[in-house]
Amino acid sequence: MAIIERPAPTASVSLRAPVTPAQSMGIVRRPVTSTGWKSWVFTVDHKKIGIMYGVFAMFFFIVGGVEALLIRLQLATPDGKILSADLYNQMFTMHATTMIFLFAMPMAAAFANYFLPLQLGARDVAFPRLNALGLWLLVAGGLILNASWFLGGAADGGWFMYSPNSGPVFSPSNGVDFWTLGVQIAGFGSLIGSINLIVTILNMRAPGMTLMKMPVFCWMILVVQFLLVFSLPVITVALVLLTFQRSFGATFFDVAQGADPLLWQHLFWIFGHPEVYVLILPAFGIISEVLPTFSRKPLFGYPFVVFSGASIGLVGFGVWSHHMFATGLGPISVAAFSIATMAIAIPTGVKIFNWTLTMWGGKIWYSTAMKFAIGLIVLFTIGGLSGVTHAVAPSDTQQTDTYYIVAHFHYVLFGGMVFGLFSGFYYWWPKVFGKMLNEKLGGWNFWLMVIGMNMTFGPMHILGLQGQPRRMYVWTEARAGEGFFNFGFWNRVASFGSLILAIGVLLFLINVVHTTRKGKPAPLDPWDARTLEWITTSPPKEHNFDRIPVVHHLDDFFHRKYQEDATTGAMVQIATGEQLVRDEEANADAHIHLPSPSYWPIAIAIGVGTLGMGVVYGVPIMIVGVLIILGSSFGFVLEPSVADDIDYDPPMSGGQETKELAPLG
Amino acid sequence: MTHRCLVAKKRKSWHPLDDVAVLTSHDTGHDTGNGHSTSTGLSNNKMAMWLFLGSECLLFGGLISTYMLYRGRITQGPRPSQIFDIPFTSVSSFVLLMSSLTMVLAVTSAQRKDNERTKLWLTITALLGATFVGGQVYEFTAFYNEGLGFTTNLFSSSFYTLTGFHGVHVTVGVIMLLSLRGIISANKDTGDRAEVVELIGLYWHFVDIVWIIIFTLVYLIPA
Amino acid sequence: MNATATDTHEQHDSHAPGLSDATAIKIALILAAMTALEVSTYYVDFGAFFMPVLMVLMVVKFFTVVSYFMHLKFEHQMFKLLFYTGLGLALFVYFVALATFKFFS
Repeated sequence: MAIIERPAPTASVSLRAPVTPAQSMGIVRRPVTSTGWKSWVFTVDHKKIGIMYGVFAMFFFIVGGVEALLIRLQLATPDGKILSADLYNQMFTMHATTMIFLFAMPMAAAFANYFLPLQLGARDVAFPRLNALGLWLLVAGGLILNASWFLGGAADGGWFMYSPNSGPVFSPSNGVDFWTLGVQIAGFGSLIGSINLIVTILNMRAPGMTLMKMPVFCWMILVVQFLLVFSLPVITVALVLLTFQRSFGATFFDVAQGADPLLWQHLFWIFGHPEVYVLILPAFGIISEVLPTFSRKPLFGYPFVVFSGASIGLVGFGVWSHHMFATGLGPISVAAFSIATMAIAIPTGVKIFNWTLTMWGGKIWYSTAMKFAIGLIVLFTIGGLSGVTHAVAPSDTQQTDTYYIVAHFHYVLFGGMVFGLFSGFYYWWPKVFGKMLNEKLGGWNFWLMVIGMNMTFGPMHILGLQGQPRRMYVWTEARAGEGFFNFGFWNRVASFGSLILAIGVLLFLINVVHTTRKGKPAPLDPWDARTLEWITTSPPKEHNFDRIPVVHHLDDFFHRKYQEDATTGAMVQIATGEQLVRDEEANADAHIHLPSPSYWPIAIAIGVGTLGMGVVYGVPIMIVGVLIILGSSFGFVLEPSVADDIDYDPPMSGGQETKELAPLG
Repeated sequence: MTHRCLVAKKRKSWHPLDDVAVLTSHDTGHDTGNGHSTSTGLSNNKMAMWLFLGSECLLFGGLISTYMLYRGRITQGPRPSQIFDIPFTSVSSFVLLMSSLTMVLAVTSAQRKDNERTKLWLTITALLGATFVGGQVYEFTAFYNEGLGFTTNLFSSSFYTLTGFHGVHVTVGVIMLLSLRGIISANKDTGDRAEVVELIGLYWHFVDIVWIIIFTLVYLIPA
Repeated sequence: MNATATDTHEQHDSHAPGLSDATAIKIALILAAMTALEVSTYYVDFGAFFMPVLMVLMVVKFFTVVSYFMHLKFEHQMFKLLFYTGLGLALFVYFVALATFKFFS
């Protein structure tokens, strides 16, 4: 549904463009239904795309979680029998790959897609169809990655897939082929998405919203998209080299020919280190929205939070070799990367400081969203501190490839990123679905996750320092050691903790089901929030805003509700959120016009997926893929951004419809 | 084109600043000639293209670095100095360089709304590009016949991957140029025509500057 | 951002100091001459100047095409920022990576 009709001034009728069926150019009539599955599959609405990203990511969060539980179950007892060595390798590889590429990045993309236009005061992103293309490429990549389970075994080289271990000699199944292609295609989707979101942030802000009046969440997403746009091509190169080696017999990582296996490590980590900031910065952005709202105070030191985020992004490109301290880089490289890595702790510390001072002296409302945000600050700080111990190269040399590393990155990723995302779920659920998540269940959800995560990953510090290597598929009682440092004891604690953690996550899912069925409708402004996404209905209308807001302040919504009292200097409420929304509705724009749905994004993604499968299963399939891509690209290019009258069923009558042709989009 | 602009200004689009543009052009009687206004005043499409090209720098940087690292590692098969045909490659480099000139001429013609010239220069650019690709196919065949297969050694794998990636980029460019020419002939384009020509031109020039680097680093500097 | 002020000029701005056809042809001739000089290193022995000459020509040609043919010299700062960030990062990460392979020593 492309057009929101309102009574129109008569002048527009005479200026209606002479749009003819020939201009629509499609071989088939465009999809224009606004209900049913078609309205989702062919949609270009950023909110629907955001929800689909979220559903996709949540599904794979569960898949990755089950993989993790199998790993912990295997290690819960000596001589574990749950998984074979081979299956164990596949399990930890796919656990990491799934969690990073199919949960964390898509979930961040879900939040970014849904809330960027709303926070910026826009009606959609800059390139709505490319937005859909990014989603469907991710789906294609995710399907190819996981198809490997059923087609001869999944990838088994660890998520960083070091060569030559990932070459055809040591990893003969097709698993690694599916892995490279799946990551490649999902990465391609991310690249398109990141270009789209950068242009959206830079170009689609509401009138008056300067960059320094943008919510911190938008800033962090901007930094993340820059990281993606400049790091994804590097992993693309690495994956291409590996694919060519495995599928076409190239020699890039063939040591017998004189190849340098470190080439892969460099290429991977030039991408891989910015990638870890890609994972954490959206969570930082989310809690930078949540903390001020529930502390009833503006964010402390907004410019510092913004610029520390940007500098984390920039310095993040210069520290990749700290993943390779144990490879013998030479003293100069190690020293330089060690110092750069320590330097990155500074902007991160600035952020922790600012969040803490945001809460200082505030009237804190311990909602579930706030609890998760505080949880992030505490748990991420623990993970950050163990991270600093890796920056010290001599200490890192001891810790490399032990459980200490596993403990570190789960504290920053689970304690940091996942807690940030959950904070976002509780904060924004009423906005997206119009119903409040149950706060009581939310409390249980939070505390079980805190206890579970500390029980699971805390003992791994001890295990790692005692020398348990990561990726060890079995431990034996005879060699487990004695007393406080007994491997067996701490492995059992970790496995038990993972069950608690799983129950915590399960409670969230139960909460979602409960809320969907029986949840009470959310008030328009349940948290007394600060940013523009709350100045519209919940869930937002298809066109987001009845009237494009004109921005005067950072936290504009807050400043519309509250004004400084001239005598006391206190902030006094002058309007409620409901009043503001009603006011917007009363002054709604006429003739709001949105981009039309399209078949072509998903068609192109199908073509790319086919091409990917062709790399494994032969040239004829590749050719089919290329033909699909070519054909649907022509469809994509030749269709105007808005459907013609004739494409509607029943056809729209001429007269007051709005017709506009947007650039490529 | 004109009627589209007129209509565009009467409508509220999903671009937030359009509403401002409507007001401005009404108040001043000024025709912005563009339905969409943006926060920076810059075109979305051009911004996306420059970002994409910035990203491509890291793609070709990685491939070039791989080649530089592996160029001298030849355990078997012919050495580059034995097979490179510098005069031949110089000619095809020159052809690609001149195609950048004809692309510029296509862009300026499009900006003058001279459709005939635009189509002519687009066709010539595409032909020059196709000549370059043809030269590359010939060169690859010749190298292969002299015993340098894709899998022969590290030099050959990285050489074919780097130049092949570039060749694919040129081929995609040729397809885009010819398609654009056809679309203009049929008058079926959906955006600002001059801008579309300019965008494809940016891509085309980028492919050319990558070759400027490859030609020097790969061909002229011996391993 | 000062949208209302800038967008009225947007369309004209991007073309105003554009390249005239004559200038474009001149630049192409200069590029062709530089290419000829590059190729001549294959036939004539430049001695110690061989590498510096080739490198300088490569860089000059690169930026000539970017600045004039791609028009970046006359574009908004934002476009320069986007492209040169990518280029700069590429140079930085790959130079450092090659340096750790002792490529330059």
